[in-house]
This record gives sequence, structure tokens and C-alpha cells, in this order.
Amino acid sequence: MKTCLVVDDSSVVRKIARRILEEMDFHIVEAEDGEQALEACKGAMPTAVLLDWNMPVMDGYEFLGHLRRLPGGDVPKVVFCTTENGMDHISRALHAGANEYIMKPFDKDIVAAKFQEVGLVELT
Amino acid sequence: MTPPDYEYLRKILKDHSGLDLSADKQYLIESRLLPLSRKCGVAGIGELVLKMKGGSSTIIAQVVEAMTTNETFFFRDKVPFEHFRDTIMPEMLKARANRKSIRIWCAAGSTGQEPYSLAMSLKEMGPALAGWRTEIIATDLSQEVLEKSKSGIYSQFEVQRGLPIQLLVKYFKQNGELWQISPELRGMVQHRQLNLLHDFSLLGNFDIIFCRNVLIYFDQDTKINIFGRLAKAMEGDGFLVLGAAETVVGLTDVFKPFPDKRGLYRPSGARAASPQAGGSMPKIAAMAGR
Repeated sequence: MKTCLVVDDSSVVRKIARRILEEMDFHIVEAEDGEQALEACKGAMPTAVLLDWNMPVMDGYEFLGHLRRLPGGDVPKVVFCTTENGMDHISRALHAGANEYIMKPFDKDIVAAKFQEVGLVELT
Repeated sequence: MTPPDYEYLRKILKDHSGLDLSADKQYLIESRLLPLSRKCGVAGIGELVLKMKGGSSTIIAQVVEAMTTNETFFFRDKVPFEHFRDTIMPEMLKARANRKSIRIWCAAGSTGQEPYSLAMSLKEMGPALAGWRTEIIATDLSQEVLEKSKSGIYSQFEVQRGLPIQLLVKYFKQNGELWQISPELRGMVQHRQLNLLHDFSLLGNFDIIFCRNVLIYFDQDTKINIFGRLAKAMEGDGFLVLGAAETVVGLTDVFKPFPDKRGLYRPSGARAASPQAGGSMPKIAAMAGR
């Protein structure tokens, strides 16, 4: 089964994301910040990461940099999901190795479209 | 349609789908719901509304579907744009190597996502098209949606449906919550108001026609008539792209399906069965080349 690591400091957002992604047949692992997410990845690389930007302890951008330097860390598809909606943030994220970018607020259709975009789910 | 019926439909649509119609969208309701009322065997929109008020949830569901399925987004359905990139354009690059020009028609251009998706696809082909002249004509029944298309301005929601983030970064400029497609891309698309029921021979001949998710709203005879006139407006070796739920099979033999490419058709060279609306003499599609 495909695994998606959902990284967000808001439990509400994690819950919404979990509901959407479980419907898309993902097994969900949650993390509240980048450091927790990195630990999770060291344990088992997920298929996908849905990644908030602004979080305490370690933000999503820093996490992504660490992830891509881990052995096998180039494999997971990383989809940012953040209120940082400026072109400058999007460009930085792509340069750092993000595969897609969701601007909050998001809904099921947007998540599905973006996951299709990076080949995580089949076209329906 | 009476004003109370219109208000009722607006409210139902708002409640059931979030579709928010402004006060002047009668044409939209009529274009979508008249075919549905025929299908349901009622005389018109008034009777349809009566059925809805009578509590028929199936009718309500069908009305909502008819009103919302035509939403458009960038690279909608993906597959037609893969055909465009992998099948249509490679063939056209060979077939038009001397002329070095390609004319494309989006026959239901709507708010611009389809013509701009094609424009981006052309840009992404890079040097292969250097020195070529490519024309994209977007037509629609509604002047209002054409104005939006011309502006090239989209909401954050709209640019997140179907548009890869790399293309957003490459071809759009951000203005607050809104995103505008680049002047270069806007310059690649020409806009014309057009009703497909009327003569469109003045648009000239096309190499590629995208006519997706619009013929479903017409009855069978009208479809056949439009296919006949589309064939006349197309080069003999051109390509027709229809929506996922549409086909020419069983309706006309002026187009034939392209093998193994869903939604893709080519002129067959067969004579159209007297297409009338253009008013001109029927001619063999294969000879329509310039």
C-alpha cells in the first residue's frame, strides 16, 4: 500500500488531509513538524509527503532539504500544502526538490489533481 | 423561462453545487436544461422546475449535473493534450513542413483554459516550432466568457485544477490572489464570438479542431449538421478532438476514429449529408485543402 506522510502542525488540517488521502487509498502517517517528519522518513520512506511550510521546531522547507539528502530521500513525491502562496515561495520549493505545490485553502479535487499530476494516483 | 423559475433554479444550484449564477445567466440555463427537459420528456424548463418542486431528487440531481459538468480547467482530461503532443503535432510537423503554419480552433473555448493549455503545449515544444506560424482561434457563444478568456486572469482555485505547478511558475504572473497568463501566451490566442448553429465558414480552414463537451448539448440532427460543417472547415489530413463522452460513431461518416486514441478523429473523405447552415454547396472534406 502507498504511504503518505502528512506533515502539518494543525491537527485539523492533518485530519482533513487524512480523510481525503485515505479515500485515495493511501496509508497515512502523521507528523507535527519537520523534525518528526524526518524521523519518520528515516524509519520508512513514504511514497508521498504532503508538507506544510510554516511549523515550529523545523519548517517544511528545511525538512525538504534534509529529506533530499537522505539515502533514498529522492524517491518520495513531495507536495507542499501551505498558505505561503507567493511566487517566490513556490519557486524556492521547486528548486529545493518539491514535486508539486498546493496553495491553501485546498479541497479534495485539488489534492486529487495535484497527486495525479505527479503520478501518485491514476487518472479517473 | 419566467423570472421566478430562474430564481428557483439559481437557488437550487447554489444549494446543491455551489454554482453561483449571476442574474444574467438565462442563456446558460437554457442551453443546458433544454436538452435535459427533452430527455426527461417534458415540454420545457417550466415543467422541469415543476418536477423539481414536486420533490423529484433524480431530476434535481440531473439538473445540477447538466449545469456543472461543463466546468473547464487547464489540461482537462489530460488525454487529449497527450494526443496533441504525442500524435497530432508530430504528424503536423511532418505534413506542414513546407507551409510551416498550423491553424487550431477551440470551438468551445469558454473561459480560456483549453486554448491556453494548447498555447502552453506549443511553447513547451520549444525549438521544434521555431520559424512556424501557429494560430489558435477560441470561439464561444458567450461574450462574457470570452472576455474572461481574453483577460487571462484566473483565481487561485482555477490555477490549481489541472495546471502543473511548473507551468504556473513559467507562464503566469501573480497579482494578489489572482494569476494572469503571460502577454506572450495571450497573444497566441484570438477570440471570436460564435454560435456553432450558425455558419462558421468565414473562420477559414483548420488543421486541428478541439470541439469538446459542447455537442452533447445538441440534438442528433444538429450534431450531424455540425459534424458536416466541421469537416468542411478542416484540412483533409486534419484532426478533430471530441470530449470523452462524445463520438461521431453512429452519427456521421465524415469523420473516422483515429485508431487507439480515444476522442481523436480524422476526416474520412466521405461526402457530408447536405450540411445546410453554411448555405454553401457540400464538398468533399478531403478536397477542402487550401
